[in-house]
Amino acid sequence: MKKFLLIFAIFFSFPIFSAGAGCGTLLSDDGLQEGVCEHVEIDANNKASLQRGAKLYMNYCFACHSLKYGRYKRVADDLEIPYDIFEKNLMFGEAKIGDLMEISMQEKDSKAWFGAPPPDLTLEVSLHGADWVYSYLKSFYTDEARPLGVNNKVYENVGMPNVLLDLQGEQRSVCKQVPMYAENGGLKQDPLTGEILTQEKCGFLEVVPGTGLLSPEEFDQSMVDLTNFLAYMSDPIKEKREYIGKYVILYLLILLVLSYLLYREFKKDVH
Amino acid sequence: MFQRVLAWFDDRLPITATWERHLSKYPAPIGQNFWYLAGVLLVVVLVIQLISGIWLLMNYEPTAEGAFASIQYIMRDVDGGWIIRYMHTTGASAFFLLIYLHMFRGILYGSYQKPRELLWILGWLTYFILVVEGFTGYVLPWGQMSFWAAQVIFSLVGAIPVVGEDLLTWIRGDYLISGITLNRLFAFHVVVLPLALIAVVAVHILALHEVGSNNPEGIDIKKFKDEDGVPLDSVPFFPYDVLKDLVAIVFFLILFCIVIFFFPDGGGYVIEYVNYEPANNLKTPEHIVPAWYYTPFYAMLRAITFSIGPFTAKFLGLVVFGAAIVILALYPWLDKSPVKSIRYKGIYSKIGLAVFVISFFVLGYLGSVTSSPLRTLLAQIFTFTYFAYFLLMPFYTKYEKCKPVPDRIIIK
Repeated sequence: MKKFLLIFAIFFSFPIFSAGAGCGTLLSDDGLQEGVCEHVEIDANNKASLQRGAKLYMNYCFACHSLKYGRYKRVADDLEIPYDIFEKNLMFGEAKIGDLMEISMQEKDSKAWFGAPPPDLTLEVSLHGADWVYSYLKSFYTDEARPLGVNNKVYENVGMPNVLLDLQGEQRSVCKQVPMYAENGGLKQDPLTGEILTQEKCGFLEVVPGTGLLSPEEFDQSMVDLTNFLAYMSDPIKEKREYIGKYVILYLLILLVLSYLLYREFKKDVH
Repeated sequence: MFQRVLAWFDDRLPITATWERHLSKYPAPIGQNFWYLAGVLLVVVLVIQLISGIWLLMNYEPTAEGAFASIQYIMRDVDGGWIIRYMHTTGASAFFLLIYLHMFRGILYGSYQKPRELLWILGWLTYFILVVEGFTGYVLPWGQMSFWAAQVIFSLVGAIPVVGEDLLTWIRGDYLISGITLNRLFAFHVVVLPLALIAVVAVHILALHEVGSNNPEGIDIKKFKDEDGVPLDSVPFFPYDVLKDLVAIVFFLILFCIVIFFFPDGGGYVIEYVNYEPANNLKTPEHIVPAWYYTPFYAMLRAITFSIGPFTAKFLGLVVFGAAIVILALYPWLDKSPVKSIRYKGIYSKIGLAVFVISFFVLGYLGSVTSSPLRTLLAQIFTFTYFAYFLLMPFYTKYEKCKPVPDRIIIK
């Protein structure tokens, strides 16, 4: 039995990797790491955050990005939004509450306009991971070399305009003086004065103060909400699944004890 | 009353005889350890796959246009559809995990040796069908990885000299991987292969009950029987083994349900993240990685980077890939050892087995990551050691010194 448990433990201790690829050329705040996504806490139980995320999505993203595998009604039910309020504020045009969340823009048009049709985002978080989506949303910056005047640190040469510009304000890729590190990991100091030596490093993101409607903290919170909503869209059953799962496991554990006792009783016959 | 009805049937159909032969009086050797549980769990998983498969079939749409969306329809709009699908996806990985454990058990205790050669071949055939079943099923969701996995595997056929290209077009049914290819893979996945699988598994169990189960000692329990002809070192399958199996099944279901309810993606091993994007023939994914259970063989396929004479590296890769699977069927004839179990075999067999296990795991890792010159070299080395283990087996098993095998099973 001990061996048996050990083998199973080995098989199930395979590393569980986090979803998605790296984050392009995104720099961490201290400039030491490149391409590491910023972590975001996803909370499927936080209905207020999901509602704010849904509002942002429908107003800023839904014109181009469909959520065509999901239905309005499901979102209204799961996010606890009354149908009348939902229909009035979060639905546009001819859409009915039971419809799939499709957009009116035709793929052949959008292909001509943007080069590639904007992807459906229902499964975006499952595909790239929440951290990637969150980092991507925060990483647009001004780049005059690009046709739309913006680029993205996470997704190099992105074909999408920065629709969040008015909320975040103008973000630029800037250079900063960062401390130099010696090979042993310590800070490099000037041998005479003891001053910490610095070098210039470029690629940090900085918002031009006063250009956005939201403060940096408010903007970050909005992107947490938006990512949370997209995580919900990717896996709408998660909350219910984990709720049911606890009872299933509990039931099976009781069954395990009973079946083991039965087995032990009969095993006494065998010498 | 019941006795009379049963007698009426027994005269026309061997109900009682079958029950006694395969369950109530089937002699199960004592001293079987946990490795012997994988077999019954495989039957459980087969049933899970068949039942969940039927329910998926009720809402799946086998077309290039509708397949991807129909999966999401099952996940979102069909009542309980998500649990059915997660059962099927988790079941696929569990199937392979268990069949590898089951095969390894056979290798450890020599369960392929006389008189169990045919039993081993039938089991190998199950594995082979499962490999094809897994591949065909993998394509059905029509995500990016489905499409590109199909692209890679089908293109291997094109590497066959002379007839390759025509053969490729014929089996693909089109000049590229398309809805036509999807349809035929669908037909194989839901009709041909499951039927074959059920038939082979049934015959495998019949063959097992003919020759009897092996045990970790590799002792033939039929040498010593009581006056009724029942082996002394055995217990009736029912109820003793059935109850042991019940504990194992419940324990397995706990692990299975933990994956279904809490980690349905299995960290990208059970459902690959790239497959959340619909198939797009204009966009190649950065890394094309097969499902984890194929990675050792995929690594061997990629390890062949050189061509010999008229044979391209791709064709030779295909040959090595095929040979690596086929060679598993040859165990009964490669192993010349007079003893069955690894417990009584000599040191060379033990070293060989260790080399085999290490090669398999290292290749499994190499098949799941992108290749680099160093990794390709490693894959070549371990492909060599993998085959060396098999090809040298007739020699080292024949000349090594084995320990004497006791006559009876002793439970410590």
